[in-house]
Amino acid sequence: MRLVTTLLIASVAGLLIGRLDAHAGEVPLQDRRSGYEFMSPETRAMQDDEVANPATLWILDGESLWVRKAGTANVSCAGCHGDADKSMRGVAVRYPAFDPDEGRPVNLEQRINACRTGAQQAAAFPYESRELLALTTYVARQSRGMPIDIKIDAQLQPFLERGRASYERRQGQLNISCAQCHDQYWGKKLAGNPIPQALPTGYPLYRLEWQSLGSLQRRLRNCFNGTRAEAYPYDAPELVELELYLMWRARGMKLETPAVRP
Amino acid sequence: MARAVVNVPPKAKRGDIIEIRTLVGHVMETGFRHTQTGQPIARNIITQFVCTYNGAEICRSDFSPAVAANPLLIFTTIATESGTLEFKWTGDNDFVMTASASLAVE
Amino acid sequence: MTTRREFLAAAGALLVTLHPRESDATPAMMQEAVRKVVGDAQIRTGKVKLDLPPLIDNGNVVPLAVAVESPMTPTDYVKAIHVFNERNPQPNIISVYLGPRAGRARITSRIRLADSQTITAIAQLSDGSFWQTTQDVVVTVAACAEEIS
Repeated sequence: MRLVTTLLIASVAGLLIGRLDAHAGEVPLQDRRSGYEFMSPETRAMQDDEVANPATLWILDGESLWVRKAGTANVSCAGCHGDADKSMRGVAVRYPAFDPDEGRPVNLEQRINACRTGAQQAAAFPYESRELLALTTYVARQSRGMPIDIKIDAQLQPFLERGRASYERRQGQLNISCAQCHDQYWGKKLAGNPIPQALPTGYPLYRLEWQSLGSLQRRLRNCFNGTRAEAYPYDAPELVELELYLMWRARGMKLETPAVRP
Repeated sequence: MARAVVNVPPKAKRGDIIEIRTLVGHVMETGFRHTQTGQPIARNIITQFVCTYNGAEICRSDFSPAVAANPLLIFTTIATESGTLEFKWTGDNDFVMTASASLAVE
Repeated sequence: MTTRREFLAAAGALLVTLHPRESDATPAMMQEAVRKVVGDAQIRTGKVKLDLPPLIDNGNVVPLAVAVESPMTPTDYVKAIHVFNERNPQPNIISVYLGPRAGRARITSRIRLADSQTITAIAQLSDGSFWQTTQDVVVTVAACAEEIS
């Protein structure tokens, strides 16, 4: 990881010398392309095939967890929600969503944990734990193929703006912003791989680099490390705001969960 | 929570060549990685895979650390008779994972 | 905030990465691993088809397919397919043992490649003969040397 990070720093620094004053606009809606389109045909085949896609292992775990009774309330997800393929269809494409109790947006992982602690009276699953990843992927998978449906109302607007500001802000020792790579240089190569457009259409996903399945927050924290900035901790509101902005960027695009990415 | 996924067509005609696809959850730690402070991370891999068809071995494989995490193996066999395909993965640290699938042959 | 120590460690890592590791496999190690399987038999070129993407998204997960021309009858079949490399820390990749019941001598898996290199696939036939093919691949992100961060 160190080696890759170091090569990444060197590559990005080289890429941006002389272009640090450029300002970029968002990718126009009609020019948006999923990260799927930037991958090799072999990696795409891995995503498309249920047996070849390692995320299937997590989905099977999620399926088991869905029917497992938990907490002092001794109730399973199925106890309230019945069959996930019916009740959870259309849910993941609306997240992050505004939570009136919290007074702020929450992502799908946090929503699941709210059920854990609230309805099930059980301990929350730690962020990025196998259980939380399995359940989140299982739930999100029920919306595969549906268009991402983030609608911004007056309540969500300030959080969207904060997420967007985060995306456009220069940060880290490299002093670059997300926008500079993903709005301005998408399609060009960095450390041998094409830069995608920062459209999180397939999370949680199996990342070849991780050799494991992970959340969007894990990916975002990798990006912070990549710019040599301190990453926000898991569950941080700043990360959820950024997730909200990024999912809104991908509005209308089909959900691919569970995706595979390099 | 390691699991395995096997994909065998539920039925086939006698003499058909069928494709068998297998996926097993395993980190396949190579033994060549180190932590940031230089500590070696011990090898932890699946070393062998065996598939039997009504008890007869039809495919066997030796895995090395160069097999990617969550190993995939796809191979074929001739559908000879109805029965059960059994799959078994074994490896370091007494790892054992099994799966099975039924095949109806007409 | 990144500490001075971490910054220096990263700077040091940059210098270190410019030197080759001593622990890599070499073509000689690969030849030895091949001899263990093949013995003194001559290895002929042909019959084997290796399918690896020429340019690889990530060296951690590389799709691999090997197919061998063979009628796969009880008297003329592929006994085993062995895949070797010369730049990973060790020379073996995978061995698959088949037989006439396979119907086709074709296997698919996913492997790790530490560097751009030549991959060798050797088929062992029922008549005792060995056949091979090789393919060069370009790997842009190394697999085996990764550190946990």
